[in-house]
Amino acid sequence: MVENGIGASVRRKEDKRFLIGKGNYTDDINVAAQTHACFVRSPHAHATINSIDTGEAMASTGVVAVLTGDDLAADGIGPLICGVTVTSDDGEPHRAPAHPALAQGKVNYVGDHVAIVIAETLAQARDAAEKVDIDYGVLPAVTDTGSAADEGQQQIHEVAPNNMCFNWPFGEKDAVEAAFASAHKISTLDLVNNRMVTNPMEPRAALGEYNEGTEEITLHLTTQNPHVHRLVLSAFNQLAPEHKLRVVGPDVGGGFGAKIFVYAEELVVGWACRKVKRPVKWTSDRTEAFLSDAHGRDHVATAEMAMDENGKFLAMRVMTQANLGAYLSTFATMVPSYLYAFLLAGQYTTPLIYSEVKAVFTNTAPVDACRGAGRPEATYLVERLVDVAAADMGLDPAEIRRRNFIPVDAFPYQTPVVQCYDSGDYEAALDKAMAMADYDSFSARADEARTRGKRRGIGLSSYVEACGIAPSAAVGQLGAGVGLWESAQVRFNPTGNVQVFTGTHSHGQGHETTFAQLVTEQLGVPFENIEVIHGDTAKTQFGMGTYGSRSLAVGGVAIAKACEKLIAKGKKIAAHALEAAEGDIEFADGNFSVAGTDKAMNIAEVAFTAYVPHSYPEGLEPGFDENAFFDPLNFSFPAGTHICEVEVDPETGVVEIVKYTAVDDFGKLVNPMIVEGQVHGGIVHGVGQALLEGCRYDSEGQLITASYMDYAMPRADNVPSFDIDYAPTNPPHNPLGVKGCGEAGAIGAPPAVINAISNALGIKHIDMPATPENVWRAAQTAALG
Amino acid sequence: MYEFSYHKSASVDGAVEAMNKAEDGKFVAGGQTMLPTMKHRLAAPSDIIDLGGIAELVGITVEGDSINIGAMTTHAAVAASGDVQTMIPMLAKLAGNIGDPAVRNRGTIGGSIANNDPAADYPAAVLALGATVKTNKREIAGDDFFTGMFETALADDELITSVSFPKPTAAAYMKFENPASRYAIVGVCVAKTDDGIRVAVTGATPCVHRGKQLEEALKGEFSSAACVGVDVPEDQMNADIHASAEYRAHLVKVMTKRAVDACT
Amino acid sequence: MPAVAMNVNGNAVSGEVEPRTLLVQFLRESLRLTGTHVGCDTSQCGACVVHVNGKSVKSCTMLAVMADGCDVTTIEGLATDGSMHPMQQAFMDNHGLQCGFCTPGMVMTALDIVNRNGNDLNEATVRKELEGNICRCTGYHNIVKSVQAGAKAMGE
Repeated sequence: MVENGIGASVRRKEDKRFLIGKGNYTDDINVAAQTHACFVRSPHAHATINSIDTGEAMASTGVVAVLTGDDLAADGIGPLICGVTVTSDDGEPHRAPAHPALAQGKVNYVGDHVAIVIAETLAQARDAAEKVDIDYGVLPAVTDTGSAADEGQQQIHEVAPNNMCFNWPFGEKDAVEAAFASAHKISTLDLVNNRMVTNPMEPRAALGEYNEGTEEITLHLTTQNPHVHRLVLSAFNQLAPEHKLRVVGPDVGGGFGAKIFVYAEELVVGWACRKVKRPVKWTSDRTEAFLSDAHGRDHVATAEMAMDENGKFLAMRVMTQANLGAYLSTFATMVPSYLYAFLLAGQYTTPLIYSEVKAVFTNTAPVDACRGAGRPEATYLVERLVDVAAADMGLDPAEIRRRNFIPVDAFPYQTPVVQCYDSGDYEAALDKAMAMADYDSFSARADEARTRGKRRGIGLSSYVEACGIAPSAAVGQLGAGVGLWESAQVRFNPTGNVQVFTGTHSHGQGHETTFAQLVTEQLGVPFENIEVIHGDTAKTQFGMGTYGSRSLAVGGVAIAKACEKLIAKGKKIAAHALEAAEGDIEFADGNFSVAGTDKAMNIAEVAFTAYVPHSYPEGLEPGFDENAFFDPLNFSFPAGTHICEVEVDPETGVVEIVKYTAVDDFGKLVNPMIVEGQVHGGIVHGVGQALLEGCRYDSEGQLITASYMDYAMPRADNVPSFDIDYAPTNPPHNPLGVKGCGEAGAIGAPPAVINAISNALGIKHIDMPATPENVWRAAQTAALG
Repeated sequence: MYEFSYHKSASVDGAVEAMNKAEDGKFVAGGQTMLPTMKHRLAAPSDIIDLGGIAELVGITVEGDSINIGAMTTHAAVAASGDVQTMIPMLAKLAGNIGDPAVRNRGTIGGSIANNDPAADYPAAVLALGATVKTNKREIAGDDFFTGMFETALADDELITSVSFPKPTAAAYMKFENPASRYAIVGVCVAKTDDGIRVAVTGATPCVHRGKQLEEALKGEFSSAACVGVDVPEDQMNADIHASAEYRAHLVKVMTKRAVDACT
Repeated sequence: MPAVAMNVNGNAVSGEVEPRTLLVQFLRESLRLTGTHVGCDTSQCGACVVHVNGKSVKSCTMLAVMADGCDVTTIEGLATDGSMHPMQQAFMDNHGLQCGFCTPGMVMTALDIVNRNGNDLNEATVRKELEGNICRCTGYHNIVKSVQAGAKAMGE
């Protein structure tokens, strides 16, 4: 194995700067003559704006400017957009209400942006923001997902009758109905997928600078995808032409989806810095983050499974109502549709699936992707329904899964819901996880717990997810406004060290390390001589950024392809230098050699020759610097089985996770240490959803959970350490043999936890978050003996 | 935060003088509740009088069968005190579970009691142990100190100098934490004292209170079983997204039972 | 505006601040020590933990004027002569960080844990002691390992 190459748990290159306090996050950046911004936000969930008086605020100490939606409109700055079109059952595109970056005449959720106050200091901006006098005409609010489209509800947007964004049926309805009609047994489950606030630890921020000389705007943003931000801000918001707009995502403190989207604050800061001809900085505080970051999940669903007498799944029917919030965030429509319904087959051979998704508007913050995005919702529904089905059939949860797994020899496997799974060995993962979790001796542990007045439960979750969304042609057909390829540039410097430019963005994933491992493996350049550069549209070629666990599966392959081009070119250079035929040149371990001889040349020497081409192949371009773009043929489909064991105190409802086992298939691991860290983090995100995190609005649309005092984040003492292992398969269409790993934990964990609690209490279902009170109530109902 | 004037005094008298001169002054001890409140612009004092420089308010002394804790003594200091651990281990444990380690390094007993947050821990100990709150003006019996939600018997220019806790025969505090804030959803302190059995309940109602019916039941028989039949009325309980009144009432009994078990 | 003077990472510093300036603002904005972060406004997340007179505090919940005359240590003050403190090294060796945002607060809290609990830390103690520091990336598993390893290394 190459030292520090593929498969090595190399310590991370990025760690030192973070550990010594030298990270460079957006709010850490300060520039000369910088001003500070505070957004005036709506205190009402739904109201007309009768008037805005900025006079007193303008007169407040230190104020540079107070700008409103009228100013924005006057400058021709366009509304925020949603980049994916979903066609509703009436054949029309989804309803897309205008989403101005600063309100124009109406506000639609608490936290909606009304004005920006710019002052010399942040404290002065905040002082002045309170002096902006707004006359609101308060309207009734709609906040409840399940009833938002009911008749008689307050209407939020004129363009969206009944508060409906789309009604999207998918699948063979009649065939499914026929299968249900002749089924041996039908299992049914109503469930809620609780709304989450994504909560990366670094709050969002934006720093805008305008250079009057070059007429260029530079925006430092907390972004997962700087080029996507630049494209949208240019093409759709008319902020500046793409070549006059530089977007930098410096160190970013976690994203989990929340920093994919183009937000109002980002557009307004970019616009305002040109308007006031001073740099403008805005940093969200945590309460603002709760109010204005895009939220996640928030489904109400009914799921039904039809089975034959052996517990074999015949058909599934799913009716879902999904809350999209007050406006459409950048990819909002895609999450409860394509990223959800296309995963409803799970790991099973269910031949017929019918799904109907009604997406509704409410007077709440926009809802978009949050770690997993649609796939956690699908997996939770499927894996909970499978447990209910097992109980209905009198089968062990493991047994019903085995009876319905897609067999290992059936891959690639075409599901009835579009996706064609690449590779998988679901039974292997289940077997390994059950062995690690000591599943077979669970009943002894449950008996022992009972002697202490506790109830033990064990829960399985056999998930499959789709990451590295692709290919571009397919997502285009589905209505996406972008392609989903990735780019790389691998550049040798004349002295032989390497700079790798990637279009992905690292905000915790460790790309600077993992991608350097790919290059050291392929080119034989020492790990320490490789630098990975990302996150600046002025430095890197166009790229699509990081989300959906795509960076290695798509971006990593682009790097590998650029390396292949370098090797091909290097062979020409080496052949010339070594006076051999190009076909006789072999490349291994960083050396070009003439086959069968000891004549060889190091790749660093080749690079030098390419830049100092005194003796050089005729007709060959100088330079040693290659670009590649990679558009995969398919998604990648990580899968696995997670097993959660809980102990419930029926007297208080407190749930303790006593053991958690995860066996995943991520294909080949480049850096197992990093992969394991991704799994840990994902699991705790999922445990958070299952036990702790529930975003709540009251009926007037006030966000009750607007700080960490009321929104329960998982902490170190909420979780145990985890037992992690792998059951890898080889995805045939991925040149590196890799799958994504960033979201798996958040997808696998929620059903494992809830299945375990249901098992402990002997109940059919409990909704998330399974808070102590909810569990206590369920325990009362279950009347435990 | 809104603007304010800042004063720091080295003496109690100096602090009181600054308060009397202020238009709408506030004493600040560790600031662990006050500063977040001010950051959210939910409080706008004209003047902040920082008690952090008054050395005489810091320290733990044993006075016969009592422990006297200076008002500006941090939770961390109380938790780590050998004297407290020996004489009233319950109190050391309670202090060591307020907030988190960094909060405990700043937060003080005087600040906690003067603030009287309905979900704070210390008020339960003050009530259950029958402590005496000493101020720059007088001594106030624990039973008379907490008068309502965020309200106490303190006058505007009165500040706590120390709290004196008599050593109980046995005592235990059981806290059911809010999973988000880690404050008490319900906290019950049970103590066997010279004054009999005392039960104090925090978190459950708008203000810390004695659980008189629980005390009565425990006087008959000091066992967790004795609590089972006690009626804890739901209608006086707090209710929020974390716990309904019914659940809180239930938890009062459960935490009492567990505290009783921990005493015996 | 009141003047403040304190010793930060061994250096005497002073400045004039509005009374409402938080210690973290003074560190980040006046001293440009941006390693200390702000992750919430309710004193819950711990991204802002620094040491004041040798004890961990949340610098978002302390006024700069309250630290007048104090010794303050931030994450920037731990490494010596270019080599990381054993606790910093332990976080690197055990992959105890991902995005790095909560990391300075975690490390400063970890040192406080060791100061009070010694070098041989069990998992339950570490998990309980980390109550005031929130991380969204790591699931805590490797942070706990890092703190245990760092504590041990500090005793060697």
